[in-house]
Amino acid sequence: MRAGLAGWAFAAPALIIIGVFFFAPVLGAFAVSLTDFDLYALADLRNLRFVGLDNYLELLESRDFWRALGNTCYFVAAGVPLSIGASLAAALLVNSRLTRLPAFFRTVFFAPVVATLVAVALVWRYLLHTRYGLINWGLGGLGLSPIDWLGNPHWAMPAIILFAVWKNFGYNMIIFVAALQSIPGDLYEAAHLDGANGWQEFSRVTLPLLRPTTMLVGVLTVAGYFQLFAEPYVMTEGGPLQSTMSVLYLMYEQGFKWWNLGSASAIAFLLFLIVLAVTALELRLSRRREAA
Amino acid sequence: MSPRLARTLVHLALGALTLVTLVPLLWMLSVSFMPQGEASAFPPPLLPHHATVANYRLLFNSNGAGRYLGNSLALALITTLCSLVCNSLAGFAFAKLRFAGREALLRTLLAALVIPSQVAMMPLFLMMKWLGLVNSYAGVVLPAAAGIFGVFLVRQYALSIPDELLEAARIDGAGELRIFVRIVLPVLRPILVTLAVLTFLGSWNDFLWPLIVLTDQSMYTLPVALATLSREHAQDNELMMAGAVLTVLPVLLLFLALQRYYIRGILMGSVKG
Amino acid sequence: MGREGEVVATLLPQFQRLHPDIEVRVQQLPWSAAHQKLLTAFAGEATPDLCQLGNSWIPEFAALEALEPLEAAVAGSRVVASADYFPGIWQTNVVAGRLYGVPWYVDTRLLFYRRDLLAQAGFASPPRTWSEWRQMLAAIKARVGPERYSVLLPLNEFEPLLVLALQQPDHLLRDDGRFGNFESPGFHRALEFYREAFSNGWAPPVENTQIPNAWEELGRGYYSFYISGPWSIGEFKRRLPPEEQGSWMTAPMPGPEGPGASLAGGSSLVMFRRSRHKAEAWLLLEFLSSPAIQRRFYDVTGDLPPRRSTWEAPELADDPYTRAFREQLERVKPAPRVPQLERIVTEMRLMAARVVHGDLSVEQGTLELDRTVDAVLAKRRWMLARGAGR
Repeated sequence: MRAGLAGWAFAAPALIIIGVFFFAPVLGAFAVSLTDFDLYALADLRNLRFVGLDNYLELLESRDFWRALGNTCYFVAAGVPLSIGASLAAALLVNSRLTRLPAFFRTVFFAPVVATLVAVALVWRYLLHTRYGLINWGLGGLGLSPIDWLGNPHWAMPAIILFAVWKNFGYNMIIFVAALQSIPGDLYEAAHLDGANGWQEFSRVTLPLLRPTTMLVGVLTVAGYFQLFAEPYVMTEGGPLQSTMSVLYLMYEQGFKWWNLGSASAIAFLLFLIVLAVTALELRLSRRREAA
Repeated sequence: MSPRLARTLVHLALGALTLVTLVPLLWMLSVSFMPQGEASAFPPPLLPHHATVANYRLLFNSNGAGRYLGNSLALALITTLCSLVCNSLAGFAFAKLRFAGREALLRTLLAALVIPSQVAMMPLFLMMKWLGLVNSYAGVVLPAAAGIFGVFLVRQYALSIPDELLEAARIDGAGELRIFVRIVLPVLRPILVTLAVLTFLGSWNDFLWPLIVLTDQSMYTLPVALATLSREHAQDNELMMAGAVLTVLPVLLLFLALQRYYIRGILMGSVKG
Repeated sequence: MGREGEVVATLLPQFQRLHPDIEVRVQQLPWSAAHQKLLTAFAGEATPDLCQLGNSWIPEFAALEALEPLEAAVAGSRVVASADYFPGIWQTNVVAGRLYGVPWYVDTRLLFYRRDLLAQAGFASPPRTWSEWRQMLAAIKARVGPERYSVLLPLNEFEPLLVLALQQPDHLLRDDGRFGNFESPGFHRALEFYREAFSNGWAPPVENTQIPNAWEELGRGYYSFYISGPWSIGEFKRRLPPEEQGSWMTAPMPGPEGPGASLAGGSSLVMFRRSRHKAEAWLLLEFLSSPAIQRRFYDVTGDLPPRRSTWEAPELADDPYTRAFREQLERVKPAPRVPQLERIVTEMRLMAARVVHGDLSVEQGTLELDRTVDAVLAKRRWMLARGAGR
């Protein structure tokens, strides 16, 4: 009994905060998404109308929403494999028996992860500058003509993906390194005795044993990449031609620029449902593969 | 392939990756010491001709960087403190204290981990408005003062505390709070450092919520101020880079000092499922 | 707001000598946050007594019934003489027949151009009509080649296209701001000219974030025309090296047939309805509106005064750079006065960028824009039908 009371008392501060500032607003968001909450309603609640699912239907018919969703999916579909590939490559290098100073490299590769996103996004905005940027200067050195990275609607998203890979690969690398270290060394020795070369060792021993980790990293990274916002906010303001407008960016504009809080809440909910569906799909696929 | 060749190749690859990782950060540092306008040239200058701290002076003297630095520091510290208290208490309770509804709560919290925080943002803003907390430190700190992830982080670690240790203390007549302070906290120390580092960095780097809830420039945190500044002074390259250095440097240093703990947090977070 | 707030603080001692019984507290807001901050203040019933408000925000705050109508006070005032103000600027404060603000300073956009480059292309004076302007744009482009341009029209700024559109006889909205009117012949003409500037290579298809420093780039001759406001005078003086100082000049906007209109921008002084110190607030408003104070305000900030009598001061009348602004101010027009203006011009800009990139034709663009704007105005129509929120 005493422990029961104490348990509640100990858990209470955290539970109250999570309940009041997370669960309640999440439920509230659904309620708001069924209204036309806007500036007029903010001024006077009598100007609030219940609109049922109209916000959702309008979104599903709006070009902007599909555009934003398409951009976000592009970012996820290209960014996640690239990020994970880079993470795995970095992890293999850092973890290699041949590497001297692995701790040093690990720290270096991790630095972009902790660096403040807004700040390094600004740095990249200049690195990517058409005329004065280091990247185009480098391309020029290779004999390539300069690319208008952030000004050309076809290149802006690849530029943001490039930036995101740079910023994030260190995170998953850490997880991969830990997983690699947990692979018993005798498995490699056995493969070696069987006459396997380096590539065969990698594809027959390392990759299969890393599969659970890869799956986990994939699910987490997909969910995270769906929440693209600060990169376009700082680097392109959603442009050019809305080519980098993400779902969250659209939500921010609807909500806090135009004060259409009803519509913005509907966007947030739709994004949540999409992420949920994608995650469920990924998990099912991975289970099926494990069963096979 | 000879071992020597393999070793050389591995280090070449590592070197290239290091270059790619560090060049943006080093370039930021270098440009921040250039006089205004120098970086807008082709080919881009790699090092300042005459290094100057004028940009930093300008940031502090006329752009209020001291204020933003103070805001960022204060907010990150307060948030970290709150999060340490709330999450360690709750994490311990969920691991070691039996109470009615514990398992159901635990499952609910775990399921809620998949809800992105942005879903809550619009009503949260309205709530803050009604509470009068828009544009206050409390408006930023409260939503981050406890978190599901933090609770689980502590709980995972606290599970390893042997029950006998707690029972022995109870038999000696110690109250739960006393047991928590005297026995549990010392054991939890490493994970609390992890939690502190994660919370501090998360709060320092947070952007969207402070951008929404802080409306007065004098309340801005460094990232929000930097983003605002970059929209108003898009042309002042060198000034922006100095601002970026100022924003990034504290967290990089903190990370370097405590990276062991930080990495532990990531690994525990990734295997919690 | 911003710099203006600091300057007002320095002018206040004089006001307090005149009215020792009134205590004034100044609060400064940065421009980027002012709009949200004021809305939050309004929702939280903490609005100030007297406030500087961007004149394009007046309809929004008027619709929220946050502002005090000022006709009676102006009629009885010996300081605020409406006839002395530039009419286009004055109009920005009138929403549905009621006056909600008094102009404080004006922002309008016109041409900044390179005299030397224009002369090299064979033109002695800046353009007065669109057709003259077209000739110059083409001639300059032919001289500078593919790497440089004639004019900067950043695709993420709505103002240049809005100015071209305001020069037309057709209004941007119809039925008292209930529906979009972008399929009108006038807007077609404006959009077509805008599109042409890019398709002919006169303007680079870039956003202003791609131009690290618009003033230095004009100095470098990356383009020869730049549409900007009074603040750019100070920027050019400060940023261009002495040897380039003689090369730039200002000129009024050319129009379709002759000297053209431009946007009536700027800030007004407004009083909030909830204020409990309206008489005192009005005294301060009159003080800040008097020509003598406005002149001092200009000397310190470079913000242009909205009254003709203030413009008689030698530092304004004799300045070669402000002269074009003086002329332009007689021909400024307000943007549509609806609360959703900012959203509408943003949609206009996004559509125009798609037209420039060839994703849409001019016809498709205007059609789609009308549809979007009609949807944006839906709630306004509902409110008007209910008889609330003019």
